[in-house]
Amino acid sequence: MTLKRTLENIENQFETFQILNEEGEIVNEDFMPDLSDEDLKEIMRRMVYTRILDQRSIALNRQGRLGFYAPTAGQEASQLGSQFALEKADFILPGYRDVPQLIWHGLPLYQAFLFSRGHYKGNQMPEGVNAVSPQIIIGAQITQTAGVGLGYKKRGENAVAITYTGDGGASQGDFYEGINFAGAFGAQAIFVVQNNRFAISVPVEKQSAAQTIAQKAVAAGIEGIQVDGMDVLAVYAATKDARERAVNGEGPTLIETLTYRYGPHTMAGDDPTRYRTEDEDNEWEKKDPIVRFRKFLEAKGLWSEEEENELIEKTKEEIKAAVKEADNTPKQSVTDLIGIMHEELPSNLKEQLEEYKEKESK
Amino acid sequence: MAQMTMIQAITDAMRTELKNDENVLVFGEDVGQNGGVFRATEGLQKEFGEDRVFDTPLAESGIGGMSIGLALTGFRPVPEIQFFGFVYEVMDAISGQMARYRYRSGGTRPMPITVRSPFGGGVHTPELHADSLEGLMAQQPGLRVVIPSNPYDAKGLLISSIRNNDPVIFLEHMKLYRSFREEVPEEEYTVDLDKAAVKREGTDVTLVAYGAMVHSSLKAAEELEKDGISAEVIDLRTVSPVDYETILESVKKTNRAVVVQEAQKQAGIAASVVSEIQEKAILHLEAPVLRVAAPDTVYAFTQAEEVWLPNHNTIVEKVNDVMNF
Repeated sequence: MTLKRTLENIENQFETFQILNEEGEIVNEDFMPDLSDEDLKEIMRRMVYTRILDQRSIALNRQGRLGFYAPTAGQEASQLGSQFALEKADFILPGYRDVPQLIWHGLPLYQAFLFSRGHYKGNQMPEGVNAVSPQIIIGAQITQTAGVGLGYKKRGENAVAITYTGDGGASQGDFYEGINFAGAFGAQAIFVVQNNRFAISVPVEKQSAAQTIAQKAVAAGIEGIQVDGMDVLAVYAATKDARERAVNGEGPTLIETLTYRYGPHTMAGDDPTRYRTEDEDNEWEKKDPIVRFRKFLEAKGLWSEEEENELIEKTKEEIKAAVKEADNTPKQSVTDLIGIMHEELPSNLKEQLEEYKEKESK
Repeated sequence: MAQMTMIQAITDAMRTELKNDENVLVFGEDVGQNGGVFRATEGLQKEFGEDRVFDTPLAESGIGGMSIGLALTGFRPVPEIQFFGFVYEVMDAISGQMARYRYRSGGTRPMPITVRSPFGGGVHTPELHADSLEGLMAQQPGLRVVIPSNPYDAKGLLISSIRNNDPVIFLEHMKLYRSFREEVPEEEYTVDLDKAAVKREGTDVTLVAYGAMVHSSLKAAEELEKDGISAEVIDLRTVSPVDYETILESVKKTNRAVVVQEAQKQAGIAASVVSEIQEKAILHLEAPVLRVAAPDTVYAFTQAEEVWLPNHNTIVEKVNDVMNF
């Protein structure tokens, strides 16, 4: 006699959800989302735009013209498929790699560049854009998401809070506290873990004995699903479903997307050849979200090379204009900082404000 | 007017603001059904419902993060950290997050959160319950740190804190919760944040204190009076930012000062006060400004607690030192 074992085959409950395979074929017709041709094209446009933006951002960083940047190529389906399932009223609490979702939720591109350049205006969401700037402390946004999701529930809002982190983020205490609070309070929340295989250099296998990140939902008593994170339709469908259940009072969801970042962790000196093989890179590039979605759209007669080239040119122009606008934004001053930290300036800062006004007027 | 203990005054302040503003939410571990381990939230869940006064899972970081999320959706959270020694579990949510949210959002996301928490020595608690960690909080820009010393101030300061649109760490000395009662108006009133109070006027030496040490300082002042020494006692009430104006005005009159804190000597509030006095009033001083503080160890276990804590005798000694300098 042995006691009942619970871990065996638990990952079978979290089979990877896929709609579009690597060849761009629909393999899960039942779950094909109800998207118009125009929607499908819009998703493609956003993925191409974001890939070009990533390439330009890396180039700008190398020229010393950008600042902090975390590359996004490879993760477009996870980032944009989930964002496309949102409504304007939904609130995004992103991690540091999740600038694309903010842009498509309404953050002007030049402000995204200002965020990279360390200007407070890059963190200032325009009126009506429900989001906060990318979180630097891994996991801090997860407990906050439980709070926003609870706030929406209390106010009876038809809206959700959605947060993003990576596989490393699922090791943080705040991850467990956040999903547990959300479950306990029935918060209208979605937790997306973009499992891109590496927390900087440490592989997901070393992060946890759990076979999937999605199964961590079970301990918090919330729904969990593992999704092919290179399949934009699957990510969209899973997020849409999670959103509907959240606003219908059926509780929060943890979504694990299996994805890969082609580039380094950030542009600040990370060298992926120290912890990944070329074979692994090549294996994942075969799964590329844009390649497979392009095949799918071309087969439907919705996409062409000319259209894509035109889009690329237009995107480059937009990026150029946004860089210019960022260049033209006056540098942030210390007096700006002192002025916006509090509603009312505390007495100690009054004196220091005068000191810096004087310094900065010279 | 009613006679209230400090804990009753604190409950009354929360009741007042729960009534005044439907965005005020009160929550924490054992805060709802049980009314808090010190009964600070006694009766509030019954009066305002589970939607506004509620229990949370046992996880301080989660409480802090959730408070931020609720503030992002327009609520005015009043979370309780059951004992302030547990604050280490929620340091990121407080110092890394709520303190800098207004700035990190370019001034667009205020954090009107009041974190209430009991602290303070002399009540024989287990480890990590009694520590005076206000210096840790004061080190973090973006936080206001308030420590009342009596029931009247506690109610008025807590109402002001809850109404404030920036985060406030509101620390309640456990020894003061039920040690005495005083007249507290039943109607609403506020006590200004960032303003010290002169609790006793004097001409020979200024005692600067806060929390329970205000009472030790007042007791010391009475004893000193018997020896013909007239001590002025200042209650900081808000320890970050400190109301230096009131302190300097007093020191310029008395020309001597002793700064008293229950916390360990190194760093901390008293060190800041001493620095500011010497920067701004050195030519008025007849003696060095001394500190009364606990030794630079972690908080003592209960058997050594009484000796470890500063008291009116240690204050009298230091005052004699500055008088005889």
